[in-house]
Amino acid sequence: MQISGAQMVIEALIAEEVTTVFGYPGGAIMNVYDEIYKQDGFQHILTRHEQAAIHAAEGYSKASGKVGVAMITSGPGFTNAVTGLADAYMDSIPLVVISGQVPMSLIGTDAFQEIDAVGISRSCTKHNYLVTDAADLPRILKEAFHIAATGRPGPVHVDIPKDVTAQIAEFDYSIDVSLETYKPHTKGNPRQIKKAMEAIANSKRPLFYLGGGIINANAAYEVRDLVHKTGIPAVETFMARGTLSHDDGLLVGMLGMHGSYASNMAMSETDMVIALGARFDDRVTGKLSEFAKNAGVIHVDIDPASISKLVNADYPIVGDVKNVVNEMLELVGRVKSEKYKAWRDTVNNFDELHPLTYHEDTDRIKPQWVVERVGQLLGDDANISTDVGQHQMWSGQFYPFSRPRQFISSGGLGTMGFGFPAAMGVKAAAPEKTSINFTGDGSILMNCQELMTAVEKKLPVINIILNNNFLGMVRQWQTLFYDKRHSETDLSTQPDFVKLAEAFGGIGYRVHTKEEFDAALKDAVEKDIVAFIEVIVERMENVMPMVPSGGSLFNMMLLEKKEVK
Amino acid sequence: MENSERRVISVIVINESSVLSRITDLFSARGYNITSLTVAPIPETKYSRLTIVTSGSVRVIEQITKQLHKLIPILRVYEHADLVEKEMAMVKFPASENIADISTLCEAYNGKIVNVGENIIIVMVADEPKRIDNFLKLIKRYNPKEIVKSGAVALER
Repeated sequence: MQISGAQMVIEALIAEEVTTVFGYPGGAIMNVYDEIYKQDGFQHILTRHEQAAIHAAEGYSKASGKVGVAMITSGPGFTNAVTGLADAYMDSIPLVVISGQVPMSLIGTDAFQEIDAVGISRSCTKHNYLVTDAADLPRILKEAFHIAATGRPGPVHVDIPKDVTAQIAEFDYSIDVSLETYKPHTKGNPRQIKKAMEAIANSKRPLFYLGGGIINANAAYEVRDLVHKTGIPAVETFMARGTLSHDDGLLVGMLGMHGSYASNMAMSETDMVIALGARFDDRVTGKLSEFAKNAGVIHVDIDPASISKLVNADYPIVGDVKNVVNEMLELVGRVKSEKYKAWRDTVNNFDELHPLTYHEDTDRIKPQWVVERVGQLLGDDANISTDVGQHQMWSGQFYPFSRPRQFISSGGLGTMGFGFPAAMGVKAAAPEKTSINFTGDGSILMNCQELMTAVEKKLPVINIILNNNFLGMVRQWQTLFYDKRHSETDLSTQPDFVKLAEAFGGIGYRVHTKEEFDAALKDAVEKDIVAFIEVIVERMENVMPMVPSGGSLFNMMLLEKKEVK
Repeated sequence: MENSERRVISVIVINESSVLSRITDLFSARGYNITSLTVAPIPETKYSRLTIVTSGSVRVIEQITKQLHKLIPILRVYEHADLVEKEMAMVKFPASENIADISTLCEAYNGKIVNVGENIIIVMVADEPKRIDNFLKLIKRYNPKEIVKSGAVALER
């Protein structure tokens, strides 16, 4: 059929079974928005900032496993969205982001709201397109969804000049995507898998190192099966939280800079690292030359460039982690669980020596308690998003995650302001679950305008602001490594968070005691409107354990031992 | 520091807009070196071939080829071991220099005089990159006014 470029966008999104689009209109994208007005195939959620539109699409994608879609205009609309694109790129989140561009005849003339969008997005997307002819649009949009969702997922940006959205051309979306230059390798090499399983069977102290790729590949339940059948202990990266349930006896904990003592020690003592969908990030490995120093490395990843990038893999396996784990399960008979009993005991002893905990030694609420408490009260019924900073690490450490896609956080880029819009996207994708955003008094102000979106679109996100009147993580580093010079991190001057929420039509609570917190959370869950629960927490609490930047995993700063009250 | 060595990488790409900037952006974003880069369409196909001379440790070179592979419009990446490599250079001399000497030198390096003007002569040579460097050293005494090098092209044996 002959339709306009703008209509093609709508038709393609409907054909891709997109049900929710996040966005913000503007001059160059107006033709598309005109078509959005006329259609009822999907809902459009108007955020109040383009960055939030992308984060919301990320949250939506992470919670649902589908491709997230966002739409923005040219120039500042696009540049505002760049942080979101970079965030999605770092965390391998499949998105299709469509931006308007000035008409073709004006490209390169420094026109109003013109910016070289594909030039900017090139380094922070998996792929991008500048559409120069509406006849290419069906193919490009189909490729965009295909590229975003397959292989190592990631954001794809499609920039469409305004005159192209008005241009009439033939639309046929039944075409097959055929990209001769893009063929992700999804099936692991069977010989290599067999060798890896033999290496596991021959090892004495093997350790699963579970990464976020497992969640992306929807492989968590297969991985659970593999872990249980082998009896091999497992550590999770921050991005992999929820792969194993918190009460799984073989889950040692989270590893890395703020990982548990037992996890980091297990990684230092293991003789065979089994890395599944993990990328040996510097926040995980600490000093590379000391990382799993005496271990062989099995590395399963969909992205060949992730393998042997930082740590040399003795058994590299390129493939979709779900396929590979299924193949491993077929060979699991060679691995004898009893053999690792002593190793499991060793790991458990590490945990008994320095368990992950905190001290309730001040009058003020401890931030860790808040995370634990939400876990006790809501547990599996909540999806947890976070912003970036101390509260983020405490969420990763103390929330009792029980399923994949329950935890949504900005791991790679570390984007403050991510949490609230992401939690809106999570709520849109999973309305039956309570959507919690753990945030800090610094992060929440970076996208607090989204209160308006949440009120308008009835996305009742509960933002739990752990308020320590500090930019806490930076303050912690200043305390520990900069001789307590708290340069520009004291956030004593603050808005009234209760009134702020109320000003937008949300609900606010200020909480000083545990009783008040329980009551506020209960009330917020029942009220079912967007909420700020501001919890006044201990100001100087540090995230522990901590591996100082560039240090070895086994050299952790630990929580001081005290008598527990 | 791991040993850094010179490597030649050939890349076959779909000949479409911005493909070259995807490649050069990747090199700059990841801190890889480009010593030289040549690019031209492959006749009667929709592809272009790039020859990139770079340097780095074994690990870095491996990363370069893997990261290049990840770019969507890239069809193939070859990291050459056994190859025939040629580079071209053109040099402009004042016509007052000893043309016979220069001409003899050029011939020794697969070259010749390609232009003679009233005030200048232009020569070209095409040879292995190392020999080209050698040639450029030797002709210094003839006061070259301008030198242009093409960058290397290479084919596997």
